[in-house]
Amino acid sequence: MDPSSLQQSPTAATPQAAPIKMRASNVNFYYGKFQALHNISLDIATNKVTAMIGPSGCGKSTFLRNLNRINETLRDTRIEGEITLDGEDILDKDVTEIRRRIGMVFQRPNPFPKSIFENIIYGPKINGMLKGRNAAEIVEKSLRRAALWDEAKDKLHESAYALSGGQQQRLCIARALAVDPEVLLLDEPCSALDPIATAKIEDLLVGLKDQCTIVIVTHNMQQAARVADTTGFFLLGKLIEHDKTDVIFKNPSKRETEDYITGRFG
Amino acid sequence: MRPFEEELKSLNGALQEMGALVAQSIHRAVMALVEKNEDYAHQVVRDEARINQCEIQIDDLATTLIVRESPVAGDMRFLVGAIKINTDLERMGDMAVGIVERAFTSLHQSDLPMEVGFTEMGNLVESMVLTSLDAFVARDAKLAQSVITSDDAIDKIRNTITRQMIDIMKKEPSMVERALDYVLIARRLERIADHATNIAEDVIFMVKGIDVRHRVTAGNPISQ
Repeated sequence: MDPSSLQQSPTAATPQAAPIKMRASNVNFYYGKFQALHNISLDIATNKVTAMIGPSGCGKSTFLRNLNRINETLRDTRIEGEITLDGEDILDKDVTEIRRRIGMVFQRPNPFPKSIFENIIYGPKINGMLKGRNAAEIVEKSLRRAALWDEAKDKLHESAYALSGGQQQRLCIARALAVDPEVLLLDEPCSALDPIATAKIEDLLVGLKDQCTIVIVTHNMQQAARVADTTGFFLLGKLIEHDKTDVIFKNPSKRETEDYITGRFG
Repeated sequence: MRPFEEELKSLNGALQEMGALVAQSIHRAVMALVEKNEDYAHQVVRDEARINQCEIQIDDLATTLIVRESPVAGDMRFLVGAIKINTDLERMGDMAVGIVERAFTSLHQSDLPMEVGFTEMGNLVESMVLTSLDAFVARDAKLAQSVITSDDAIDKIRNTITRQMIDIMKKEPSMVERALDYVLIARRLERIADHATNIAEDVIFMVKGIDVRHRVTAGNPISQ
């Protein structure tokens, strides 16, 4: 399919009236000469879960990784357009501050080769957030928020690798939460987990959204349907449609979205 | 074509066949009533078992596909609609049997006087049933909307028949039983029209994704 033949929805950016935490305006992104994102405009509502779905290579993870400037670590990349956090251009801010305010959890659990306790406290320590605060309290609070406290409280000083895959992923979420991010980005966080561990993460996300804004990339459409307030469908680097999740999965307005979610292509 | 799409097609075909069977039963029930055709009356009773069997098979296939495929969007709307239409068709079959049960008692008696007869009401109801099925086959929301619009006319005829039968019952106590049969027949024809209306509403949901039941959608949604 030729990307130029795809029409992006003029209403893709604003599926609902809600305070906007992050806003992407006309974002183009290039890996060398290859344009991976085409003119993406998308609003991310405060204290909501925004899901991004689409076939492999559609640009959804690339877009996610632009939201906290992780893509800057890659050579020969270029971004155009604007991404704001609370109305301020993230490119104008200190990158460390941006990555503290916008946390990220990856596809595979990637705990540090340290104890559970040290994994959690690492972020607050390097961000200078431990002054006058009790490290143990931060660890307990973060693990409780990630629904891991009961399972980990008796082995805080054991290696994080002693945890199961699902527990390791929740540890990574706890580690991200330890620095009190305002936005949490998750890139297919359950793709390596079994259904029980997946259900725990999904319950966790729904519970967390009162405290932070969540953006999740997922290949699992049922997961998007279960956890997300709004869902955006990406195809060939374009945002085809962004609407309330209910609308996307019951009655999408674009033919391409319908074909993808019903499994007729992709 | 994926196996899922093949099965959706086969479910669609099963609903069409069941619809044709039910429409035939309704036609025969009306004929048994207005032309006192006893053969038709017996056929309606016989066909009910086939209709019931269709209902079970369609529900089984639809629920299997829901469990297996977790359908969304148009597929989800079709499967939800299929289950509801299936129920409506089976109820229509029951109503046709209910009509012939009453028709049996009047097979060898002269008709009571009526301002609007069962021929006219039966024709209108049959037309609604066939149009709702056509709308389903063609996935035509506008055609479905025309069925919904027709429902008021049926309600009026039923009210007229009921009023007239009450007058007869008051004047001729010996006619109470027969007049009551007429009231029940009119009620069952009206119920068939209601089920045709339900099918039309389900077709609109399938095609447009909007819920027009109980007039919840303002304006004319079909023109959108």
